[in-house]
Amino acid sequence: MASAGIAVDRAALFEFLTRMGDNTLILGHRVSEWCGHAPVLEEDIALANTALDLIGQTQLWLGLAGEVEGKGRNADALAFLRDAAAFRNCLLVERPNGDFGQTLTRQFLFDAWHHVMLTALTRSADPRIAEIAAKAVKEAAYHLERSSDLVIRLGDGTDESHKRMQRALDDIWSYVGELFIADDTDRAMVEAGIAPDPASLRLEWDAIVSEVLREATLKAPTSAYVHKGGRRGVHTEHLGYILADMQFLQRAYPGATW
Amino acid sequence: MYAQLVKSEGMKSAAELSPQERAFQDRIDRGEKIEPKEWMPEGYRKTLIRQIGQHAHSEIVGQLPEGNWITRAPTLERKAILLAKVQDEAGHGLYLYCAAETLGVSRDQLLAKLHDGSMKYSSIFNYPTLNWADIGAVGWLVDGAAIMNQVQLQKTSYGPYSRAMIRICKEESFHQRQGYDIMMKMAQGTAEQKAMAQDALDRFWYPALMMFGPSDKDSVHSTQSMAWKIKINTNDELRQKFVDQTVPQAEYLGLKIPDPNLKWNEEKKGYDFSEPDWSEFFEVIAGNGPCNKERLGARVKAWEDGAWFRDGLLAHAEKAQARRAAARVAAE
Repeated sequence: MASAGIAVDRAALFEFLTRMGDNTLILGHRVSEWCGHAPVLEEDIALANTALDLIGQTQLWLGLAGEVEGKGRNADALAFLRDAAAFRNCLLVERPNGDFGQTLTRQFLFDAWHHVMLTALTRSADPRIAEIAAKAVKEAAYHLERSSDLVIRLGDGTDESHKRMQRALDDIWSYVGELFIADDTDRAMVEAGIAPDPASLRLEWDAIVSEVLREATLKAPTSAYVHKGGRRGVHTEHLGYILADMQFLQRAYPGATW
Repeated sequence: MYAQLVKSEGMKSAAELSPQERAFQDRIDRGEKIEPKEWMPEGYRKTLIRQIGQHAHSEIVGQLPEGNWITRAPTLERKAILLAKVQDEAGHGLYLYCAAETLGVSRDQLLAKLHDGSMKYSSIFNYPTLNWADIGAVGWLVDGAAIMNQVQLQKTSYGPYSRAMIRICKEESFHQRQGYDIMMKMAQGTAEQKAMAQDALDRFWYPALMMFGPSDKDSVHSTQSMAWKIKINTNDELRQKFVDQTVPQAEYLGLKIPDPNLKWNEEKKGYDFSEPDWSEFFEVIAGNGPCNKERLGARVKAWEDGAWFRDGLLAHAEKAQARRAAARVAAE
């Protein structure tokens, strides 16, 4: 079921939609691990809120992915009954939470990409995608505002907070590049006017990130090395554990309704 | 019902009250609300701080047993609902710490007392959540018991506490419904799901009854708190009301309340039921419940691990203020 009037390979569209939905699902999972353990009560609330937004977006992306696939799988079937190799999230979002600085840095680097990507998707030739993006981009704008603000305050806070933020940036940086590398799926999306070329988002992402890092007195790492694989299903060891946790009930009690 | 065994001050007889105390009691008797800047007896202020503080601590520690299942929630919708619920609880904690602040105690001071063990949180959160139906049971029974108490506290004499309760009650009734909804699904599900639901009820029934605290018919503390309208109903009244409400709900689910003595009493128009094991309650309060160490340990660790974060924000705020001041000087 390709969308009305747009000629696009259904498998490629499904692939694209699972990339969007798996990113939000896995990041939402990671963020939700903080529940009750944040450094201040306001952060407990904000992290739960962020996770909630991301899980809500997952329902939309994976719901549409299931429809496009046309094999009777809904968002829950895709989230809870695929194994790691079928997941299409980027490696960045499966990075462990680490300290709050690691979590925040991962969030900020993702939010900057997410906001630029969703903004472009609001102009998608597929109206269903444009509609999801229009809803999600408002949430992503808020996430980016919040994570940017905290990166600035902690980068330019105490020596200790600065050191932790710089270390987080150095650790995570090499997991970002994957988001900007185009493959055949992306080219099919570009051709159908459904999604932008990932590489085209880099300039705007760089502008957002470098401005925030400047204010935060943090230095962008110079290493150009990029870890990649998540978007084609080759993940880090961490994803298997995330899924073991997330999918436990659905796997242990097949066919039950909850 | 997140405040248990809150120590009040000794009750004075009408003859012992000073004119100022008499006037204060008259205001309460007329149903007036007491507001932060107004005169209040020191005992009233202290008792409220203990009660509101314990309530606030319960909300934030209460995130932990439910948070235990967020990453394992069985569907995306259940996960979203549970996240929203736990987020509400953190929000309740925030309103309540704010209400306590109006009495002249800071959130940090109250947290320090939680962390060193000199203030308590509700005994119920020292029990583990072992299967998914526990998340249903927590919503149904624990939030159900909490609502029993909090509905009454909407009429409490202290204005900020009363207003916090009005907001909180709206959200709690949604929490209870979602808990019952999980129980319905489980009770009507596979044999394994039904067994989980019964197991959850078996483990949470008596701890839920304990939430109301021991019988307070002889308690001086309760008498004073009730005279001040910090407490509206006795523990026994609320416990009876909770049992009467919950038994038909369990019957509807097809689950059995784990009490062989549970029986309708036509004369009192309520159920007769077994008392919980109060020695277990006092052990849990004393720190020997199944999860006391984990729960408090998790909160202390979050606080200690977060010190650099809080210090960083504070340092940034000071720098930003200094920069603004310097800019003002330069402009003049």
